[in-house]
Amino acid sequence: MSDPVMMMPKRMVELEVDGQTVKVFEGETILDACNKVEIDTPTLCFGETLQPKNACRVCVVEVEGARVLQPSCSRKAEAGMKVHTNSERVRASRRMVLELLASSVDLSTTSVAPEYLEAYEARPEKFGPQAPPDTHRDHHRAGHSAVTDGQLAATVYQGIKIDNELYTRDYSKCILCYKCVDACGEQWQNTFAISVAGRGFDARISTEFVVPLPESACVYCGNCIQVCPTGALMFKSEHDLREEGEWREEEQTVTTTICTYCGVGCNLELHVQDNSIVKVTSPPDHSITHGNLCIKGRFGFQHAQARDGAKK
Amino acid sequence: MANEIIQAGLANMAFIEHSTENFENYKAHVAEYTLERAEELTGVPAEAIREVAHAYAKADRAMISWTLGITEHHTGVDNVLSLISLALVCGHVGRYGSGLNPLRGQNNVQGGGDMGAIPNRLPGFQDIENDHAAREKFSKAYGVPIRDRYGWHLTQMFHGMETGELKYCYIIGENPAQSDADSTRVRKLLGGLDFLVVQDIFATKTAELADVILPGSASWCESNGTVTNSERRVQRVRKALDPPGEAMDDQWILAELAKRLGFAWDYPTSEDIWNELRSLSPMHTGMSYARLEELGGIQWPCPEDGHPGSPRLHERLWADPVQGMLATFVPVHDRPPFEATDAEFPIRLTTGRRLESYNTGVQTEKFTSPLHVGEFLELCPEDMERMNLEDGEIVRVSSRRGAVESPVRTDVRLRPGLGFMTYHFPDQVDVNVLTIDAVDEKSGTAEFKACAIKVEKLAEGEQTMTAYADRELVAGD
Repeated sequence: MSDPVMMMPKRMVELEVDGQTVKVFEGETILDACNKVEIDTPTLCFGETLQPKNACRVCVVEVEGARVLQPSCSRKAEAGMKVHTNSERVRASRRMVLELLASSVDLSTTSVAPEYLEAYEARPEKFGPQAPPDTHRDHHRAGHSAVTDGQLAATVYQGIKIDNELYTRDYSKCILCYKCVDACGEQWQNTFAISVAGRGFDARISTEFVVPLPESACVYCGNCIQVCPTGALMFKSEHDLREEGEWREEEQTVTTTICTYCGVGCNLELHVQDNSIVKVTSPPDHSITHGNLCIKGRFGFQHAQARDGAKK
Repeated sequence: MANEIIQAGLANMAFIEHSTENFENYKAHVAEYTLERAEELTGVPAEAIREVAHAYAKADRAMISWTLGITEHHTGVDNVLSLISLALVCGHVGRYGSGLNPLRGQNNVQGGGDMGAIPNRLPGFQDIENDHAAREKFSKAYGVPIRDRYGWHLTQMFHGMETGELKYCYIIGENPAQSDADSTRVRKLLGGLDFLVVQDIFATKTAELADVILPGSASWCESNGTVTNSERRVQRVRKALDPPGEAMDDQWILAELAKRLGFAWDYPTSEDIWNELRSLSPMHTGMSYARLEELGGIQWPCPEDGHPGSPRLHERLWADPVQGMLATFVPVHDRPPFEATDAEFPIRLTTGRRLESYNTGVQTEKFTSPLHVGEFLELCPEDMERMNLEDGEIVRVSSRRGAVESPVRTDVRLRPGLGFMTYHFPDQVDVNVLTIDAVDEKSGTAEFKACAIKVEKLAEGEQTMTAYADRELVAGD
């Protein structure tokens, strides 16, 4: 909760983005400046409730006088800056990032992927056909990966993990944005059930010693699902409906209400299809919990639809 | 802590002199509670108490938050009063980031009270007995005279059932047959009523005792309205689902009931009902549905349109001069739990909650959480060893009121002589058969947090409960 007494007055800085003059508060980023003048900027690892991770590099822009491209999500706007978001250098860099991701990661449930790939004319197929699935990826040890001949595009496939009834983990869809790790760790939940294991192309999100979730420290708050941009982390209910071909997002309604379980007053967005709750999210911009919930708020809805229709 | 803070010269004397009264009495009263005495009474090391006291007193901003561990004692009100005094000693009230914050256990405990669902208040926290003008206002608006006497709280109602003064009961969305202390007695009393109506979303154990069950709606997702959270913030709940089968919106049920009793209520919308409330409760007057929507909730008091709401109460204590009454120090004495442990019942049982579950499990047993492990009596390693118990073993747990079978397991967080259970799985282990209905005279709250029990190994062939290892642990099976 912000408090008027605690808020310090902020200075404005003026910069130029694609020739337009923009004023933002001191401390705001180039991305904030772009949003202010409605310049669409692709982002994947950026999370509005998380500190910038600079992991995906898809939001890079060119800043005059800077040697390398700058991640707009974290680079603070400075007075007098001249920013270019659509130069050939920026477009080539964004295209490369998208091609590398799309060739190695299953982006089928990344909602923004088709739009980005088209906008930057990305051709992930140029790296060749995808290599056959590597089912041991989860157990790769440093230095043990075989060097490929370059004819096939390696992928991050490792098989979906379904070890509980609440949510699934399909790291074949993971772009390593670190948002789940940050939400689980010190930025929100302080549970530290997951982290990045391995390095280089072997890097993947893992529980300690790859144990199943029920044996890990996980408390099933689902705040990792909330921030996951690719659908690698997914409600089991959504996963099952997709498997059955019954996931119909266009028919779903989203209703904001208040969690029934305690006095905090967390806001819930109930995603409803055929009069059933199929997913629960929380508005990231609400001051009470900033998109975070606990296990009961995230998954404790089933009682509402587990009632017998007819009673005396 | 308060005594240590005062003795160490860390009390906020400027605040105490400006905003409080009765400090000298309080100071003299707490003088007997030295760190050593506190260690003796609580088992918490004196040095730890000293460290917390100094940290609390020296903090720029400090908040005390609590839940039922403070209030579910026969000294619940005294416990809260002592926290208030502690905050007053340091001036940690009425400022940003400071204060006293009882965390509500349900989404609308605060709102229920604010709406008059407590025996001594009209909606908007207006006193039934002493506020004549408020009574007049409500009598006029409702078209029926409001009587100038307090109603009964829950404990008094059960007493009324015992004496035969209370013969009929209409229960909405509560499961006292499993949630109240000494449940054998509670079930007998509910079963002995002349007429019991239960309106709920499930056929609970309480509903099984009813003459009439009215299937209601899950108000948080099948109905429109408002709830008020711990920080007094009123927020909108919205209907996302149609209730199943013959279940109806609670507002419709009440309006229909009124109609059949001869009152034409015309099935008001939730916004109509809210607007009536706004016209009668000054602290809600400025909260239109449109403003609640726009601002993402508003904290009362919000007396007029355009008022931003009140994030903090008690700011008046910092005004110069203080607006309204001074804050009073109320000295209280340490009083041990009502039921002492003794040779026959040597273990103190305290009850509480676990993260993934909720009260009697009516709602939470329906989701297949990996964290659901069923009910256990938890004991410290020393007690487990002393009684020669193994994790998962089924034992008999008894108090002076009844006995249950329960699996037992080790919890290193407990200390010798202290056991922990929840009542999330009452169909497996009916924990409230054990608890005591010793109540705080002022609040009517029962002492769920302390009763005396004994733990016995079962003889061959005595066991009736199935061990968890042999069965699915997921609740609801």
